[in-house]
Amino acid sequence: MSTAAHAVLPGRGGFFGSLSDLFWRRPGVLLLVMLAPPVLWLGVIYLGSLFALLAQSFFSIDEFSGLIKYELTLKTYGELLRPSNMDIIVRSVLMASVVTIAAAIVAFPVAYYAARYASGKWKALFYIGAMLPLWSSYLVKVYAWKLILAKEGILTWIFTKLHLMWALELVLAIPVIGGNSLSVSYIGTFLVFLYVWLPFMILPTQAALERVPVSLIEASSDLGAAPRETFWNVLLPLAFPGIVAGSIFTFSLTLGDYIIPQIVGSSRLFIGQAVYAQQGTAGNIPLAAAFTVVPIVIMGFYLWGARRLGAFNAL
Amino acid sequence: MTAAVSFQKVSRHFGEVRAVDEVDLEIVPGEFFAMLGPSGSGKTTCLRLIAGFEQPTAGHIEIFGETAEGVPPYRRNVNTVFQDYALFPHLNVIENVAYGLKMRGVGKAERAGVAAEALDLVQLPGYGDRRPGQLSGGQRQRVALARALVNKPKVLLLDEPLGALDLKLREQMQEELRALQKRLGITFIFVTHDQGEALSMADRIAVFNEGRIMQIGTPEEIYRRPQTRFVADFVGSSNVLPPEFAERFGGSGKWASLRPEAIETVPPGTGATAEGRVAARNFLGASTRIAVDVDGLRLHVVLPASAEAPAEGETVGLTWSPGDLHLMDET
Repeated sequence: MSTAAHAVLPGRGGFFGSLSDLFWRRPGVLLLVMLAPPVLWLGVIYLGSLFALLAQSFFSIDEFSGLIKYELTLKTYGELLRPSNMDIIVRSVLMASVVTIAAAIVAFPVAYYAARYASGKWKALFYIGAMLPLWSSYLVKVYAWKLILAKEGILTWIFTKLHLMWALELVLAIPVIGGNSLSVSYIGTFLVFLYVWLPFMILPTQAALERVPVSLIEASSDLGAAPRETFWNVLLPLAFPGIVAGSIFTFSLTLGDYIIPQIVGSSRLFIGQAVYAQQGTAGNIPLAAAFTVVPIVIMGFYLWGARRLGAFNAL
Repeated sequence: MTAAVSFQKVSRHFGEVRAVDEVDLEIVPGEFFAMLGPSGSGKTTCLRLIAGFEQPTAGHIEIFGETAEGVPPYRRNVNTVFQDYALFPHLNVIENVAYGLKMRGVGKAERAGVAAEALDLVQLPGYGDRRPGQLSGGQRQRVALARALVNKPKVLLLDEPLGALDLKLREQMQEELRALQKRLGITFIFVTHDQGEALSMADRIAVFNEGRIMQIGTPEEIYRRPQTRFVADFVGSSNVLPPEFAERFGGSGKWASLRPEAIETVPPGTGATAEGRVAARNFLGASTRIAVDVDGLRLHVVLPASAEAPAEGETVGLTWSPGDLHLMDET
């Protein structure tokens, strides 16, 4: 205790010392330094290319020469309304809706278990279980599913051994969604979509359920609500924002995907495949761009509807 | 008469932990019963056993003569005011209050009327449209109370309901709760770790420690005649005198308790019962609390504000009437 302690310590000095002082005096400078790179990336490269794409959709293609006419027109959007193109849109939206609803139903019990009961190593196991599919290659997973669902695949083998082949055949005999085997039917496409996007539904649902205090469940029960009533009146409304967050992923990812329906399913196109085909082999960039706008518009309506339902009130 | 709540050798163990250990308890209908104890003493678990959130490991529980084990909470005519109030954040105040009625199938119009009456009862008329998030702590507490009372429960359970409120509001709510209970005649069972709250509000108190009931009695009994060292120390922070020390003042080989406010200070050498040096002095407003070291034992003395309190380091004489030295059952 030889030197008397000062009330104000001397500056650290040096470049980093004065930098710290500057950031403390002017927090805005720090914010600018931190935000400039991502804002430049998002604003110029990401949004810029998106608008370039959207602009394409207002051009049209010359049917004789196959060249793009750089004149603003709604002709390409008109083409979207052709029955063959409308089929693609309706098919994609229906598939995305069914996948989303199924994912919500499958994810809820898993998420509920993880949020309410799992702790310690079981919770770690849950996270690994939910995330593991995201760690492996998407393509490998889809091809793996093709092997599982194929006519000579594991599923057929299991059903044969269990003498339940008649049940599988009954399902495949259903018109439209059935087919020659699961791997070439809409049911197969649906199963693979459900598997691949399920983690995106489980995790937000689990996060929402985790925030519901146990005392609310107890209070509901205390006030005379049977478990079923507690589910509908307390648990589901409070988990709803999480389910909507998850559904935004499952819905939009299904809507835009072009690989799964290509590998597993009937040969009928989904939006993603249409975009792929139009900009590639067909060389019709304007129509591809117009197709791209469709999921964006649908998601816009989807989010608006979700907001109307109060999905974001609890965020 | 049938007890409102009756525990017969009730235990609730969590693995090795004996949260509640062979508790016997009879709560009289219409009484304001407090369960008092430090945290982890088993009082909240007892409350949860009555509500039905926990099931006993062993023993038998009756609520108004009916067996309670194996009956889920939603089939018990018992309601709880939770420590964190547990108001449903997605429902407004009136929907929260009417929740229990809705679950019982009461019609929408009738529900609204009865719930509004309940809000009047807790002095929150016209608050029905607000969300719980827009209310203060005291208001949330009242809504929680209305939500429980609207169901006209046979027993109302309150789990440290005043813990989160500031002092002024807490004192006001204590009075209101007490008045409400007398008016409605419902059996209230109140869990608290605040001995002042238990003493001022309850008809009878059960003092809990380590999963067992140490003593059951009226506030006066608990305060004046504690049966164990723990009760004497926990309720009103009494001076606990070891047997050999108590014997010098007329004890008989048992532990004794001496209330701090029963002791008076006198100038040293003037026929004082004991003499000692003042080790600490705390001014508390209405009173002054001093600690006096008497032959290695620290005695706390609470003096009224009107009395002249001795300064730290001074030697004082202490005196009390022999009747105030209460001998406990513990040797």
